[in-house]
Amino acid sequence: MKHLLTPRALLLASAIALAPAAYAETPADTLVVAAAIDDIISLDPAQTFEFSGNDVNNNTYDRLVDFDPLDMDKGFQPSLAESWEVSEDGLSITFTIRDGVTFHSGNPVRAEDAAWSLQRVVKLNKTPAFILTQFGFTPENVEEKITFDGNKLTLTLDQPYAPTFVLNCLTADVASVIDKETVMSHAEGDDLGNTWLNTNEAGSGAFTLAAWQPNQAVQLAAYEDYWQGAPAMKRIVVRNVAESSAQRLLLEKGDIDAARNLTPTDVESLSSTDGVKIQDEPRGRILYMGLNQKDELLSNPAVIEAMKYLVDYEGITNSFLKGMFMTHQSFLPKGYLGALEEQPWTYDVEKAKQILADAGIEGGTITTKVRDLREYVDVAQALQASMAQAGLTLNIEQMTGAQVLDAYRAREVPIFLGEWGPDYSDPNTNAATFAYNPDNSDEARATGLLAWRNAYAVPEEMNEATVAATLEQDGEKRAQMYMDIQRQYQAEAPIVPLFQRIENTGLQENVQNWNSGGAVASVIYRQVTKGE
Amino acid sequence: MAGTVLSLVLTLLGLLLVTFIIGRVMPIDPVLKVVGDRASQAQYDAAYQAMGLDKPLYIQFIGYIGDVLGGDFGRSISTGQLVIDDIKRVFPATLELAALGTLIGVCAGVPLGVIAAARRGGIIDQVARVVALVGYSMPIFWLGLMGLLLFYGILGWVGGPGRQGIIYDGMLPSVTGLVLVDSLLARDWAAFKDAFSHIILPASLLGYFSLAYISRMTRSFMLEQLSAEYITTARVKGLSETAVIWRHAFRNIAIPLVTVIALSFGSLLEGSVLTEIIFSWPGLGQYITKSLLAGDMNAVLGGTVVVGTCFIALNLLSDLLYRVLDPRSK
Repeated sequence: MKHLLTPRALLLASAIALAPAAYAETPADTLVVAAAIDDIISLDPAQTFEFSGNDVNNNTYDRLVDFDPLDMDKGFQPSLAESWEVSEDGLSITFTIRDGVTFHSGNPVRAEDAAWSLQRVVKLNKTPAFILTQFGFTPENVEEKITFDGNKLTLTLDQPYAPTFVLNCLTADVASVIDKETVMSHAEGDDLGNTWLNTNEAGSGAFTLAAWQPNQAVQLAAYEDYWQGAPAMKRIVVRNVAESSAQRLLLEKGDIDAARNLTPTDVESLSSTDGVKIQDEPRGRILYMGLNQKDELLSNPAVIEAMKYLVDYEGITNSFLKGMFMTHQSFLPKGYLGALEEQPWTYDVEKAKQILADAGIEGGTITTKVRDLREYVDVAQALQASMAQAGLTLNIEQMTGAQVLDAYRAREVPIFLGEWGPDYSDPNTNAATFAYNPDNSDEARATGLLAWRNAYAVPEEMNEATVAATLEQDGEKRAQMYMDIQRQYQAEAPIVPLFQRIENTGLQENVQNWNSGGAVASVIYRQVTKGE
Repeated sequence: MAGTVLSLVLTLLGLLLVTFIIGRVMPIDPVLKVVGDRASQAQYDAAYQAMGLDKPLYIQFIGYIGDVLGGDFGRSISTGQLVIDDIKRVFPATLELAALGTLIGVCAGVPLGVIAAARRGGIIDQVARVVALVGYSMPIFWLGLMGLLLFYGILGWVGGPGRQGIIYDGMLPSVTGLVLVDSLLARDWAAFKDAFSHIILPASLLGYFSLAYISRMTRSFMLEQLSAEYITTARVKGLSETAVIWRHAFRNIAIPLVTVIALSFGSLLEGSVLTEIIFSWPGLGQYITKSLLAGDMNAVLGGTVVVGTCFIALNLLSDLLYRVLDPRSK
């Protein structure tokens, strides 16, 4: 018996193996962030179009104009361009490039680099290129349309667009200014350095890319010669942590400074944790309900109207979406120029019943597809319950995001519940997809337009108003035009904006000036400091 | 031997073919993953062609096998990097975890199984039964989270999610890709201790599941031996119970046990996806799963080749050990 391993010996052995290790707080000059960053595919600004990729590029590159991280409401501010002038006819904008700025390589930032960077986006024609090509640039004409002379850069547009529209688009990460000499020394064939830039960086931003291990971590290092002064944080470590509960634990233990993907439950419990604070920021993503007009029942104006009263806005934002979303019933997110904050609909089953009864509709059944993301499924089930009270049956099929997206792009989702994130900081980004659909035929294959995906034939005057708003030179008037479009949209469109996403970042108490980018941008680190 | 190798190669080819077909019939559009939801039709078509999806399936598959034979596993669409580089990065993480998990499973599972058989119906046997039952039925996701909460969150005995603490992350020269080994090579005791404190919990969790399996198998092998005639003979000769159990019976179950352990190690090598997700462990299981959900065929097939090769190698190895250990095969 003595020779046999006793349970006690086993226990003892495991206790020795599990000897406690010592832990420290994160270093004072390092910001450690936990986030789900497995969406990064490329770090080339001409190609990057994922949230986490933009979060990186926004800090390693500068643009001609950028946001002030300490005052986002001011809108775009001079950055690598110290000033600009719009021509009399509104067809060209000339930028003066700031002197004395260097790339991370030590090369000076020139107008030539800026022109080349923008031309490169158009020539490579990757997904985010449309943000620039919408001004009439094509791979063939771009060298004549985007020119430089000394320290001046000139963009020649095909129409007299609103200067605010153009400049807002230039804050997008796709418009980052890249070090031409460095990138071209790594070019392969005619890829303009795309392969190399997918995993490297050649910017002038406040941080350099120290390392990127896919699905694992991104590390940034402070650029000491940054033109606006070296950032306080010398190192940024963004760790891929998929699970909210794991992020919460790390934050509670002091192993990280910021947690970016917390569920409402974890936010709730962290808000009563000592030494931790929660920062709420409205972001640009809108959760909306798209009613497919190919569906006979859903194309009935009375049903469209009734559906708007069958969403329990308050109940939903006070329960399972608490702190994650706020009620927002127009397609421009709060924080955008011209965003309409009026909320015409409330939860009112009786009213919905009345509307349906007046139109002689006696029930009906709809089967729809919903992405298997908890928020969406919860909203779908709440909708199912309230529709049932009004005599409408909703069957829900849960699927992966990719499957739902495929069906949606093929116009095969009767009631779409999901989010739309803006692509750049100008109101046109959403107006041009929600309220613009010049050809509603199947052959048009306008898969990028939400209106087309829901088979919504946008009225001609709304199409025209959306285009006209991009040409209005006066900012005030322009905002007014967007408000009018949104009001008309609320009155008649079968695509119903419901909620706007709020990002809850869990932070250590000593982290100051955290900025996830608000509604219009990606995360910005250079102003972040850590107190005692 | 040559016949064995040939059949193994064919097995691997078959495995790849099945994986390839599954990946292609899954209702997932890899092009969308690459170009994103906002791409124009022209951009979509360009990517579709660049990825070779316009060619017939069999041409795609033959082309893929040809590239692999030339050592080219292609580029992953979900990381933008070469699959071979991705695998070099993720496989060591899984290997380290699986090796330690199996070690724990063997060190605890084998003695537990032996004792449970020797004292059949005794307290240890009951404990072993409960341990195995829990191991089979407990959701790993929940167990992992509870483990994190207790040992990391409350007690602070082990490191949190991830392979290393933040201060060591990316600071260690990577020689083998196995953090424990690399930190030893660099004589960096602090980094070693840190890495150990991060791996011990997920490895124990995997070890527990393999322990559950190994201890049950050991017990049933052992019971079979203990009822054999030669054991009775040994006991009649007046050998001590310890000697009977370890010297006689255990020696005879070592052979089938090797196969059990190899299989258990192999299944851990596939990467326990949920464990990797909970512990933010950047390993192969997570990599293959994510790739599959993205329709990233190059990555999935690359991962399949690695897992398949490991299984085949483990099979060969246990065959060899069988021959070495089994006196009858001489």
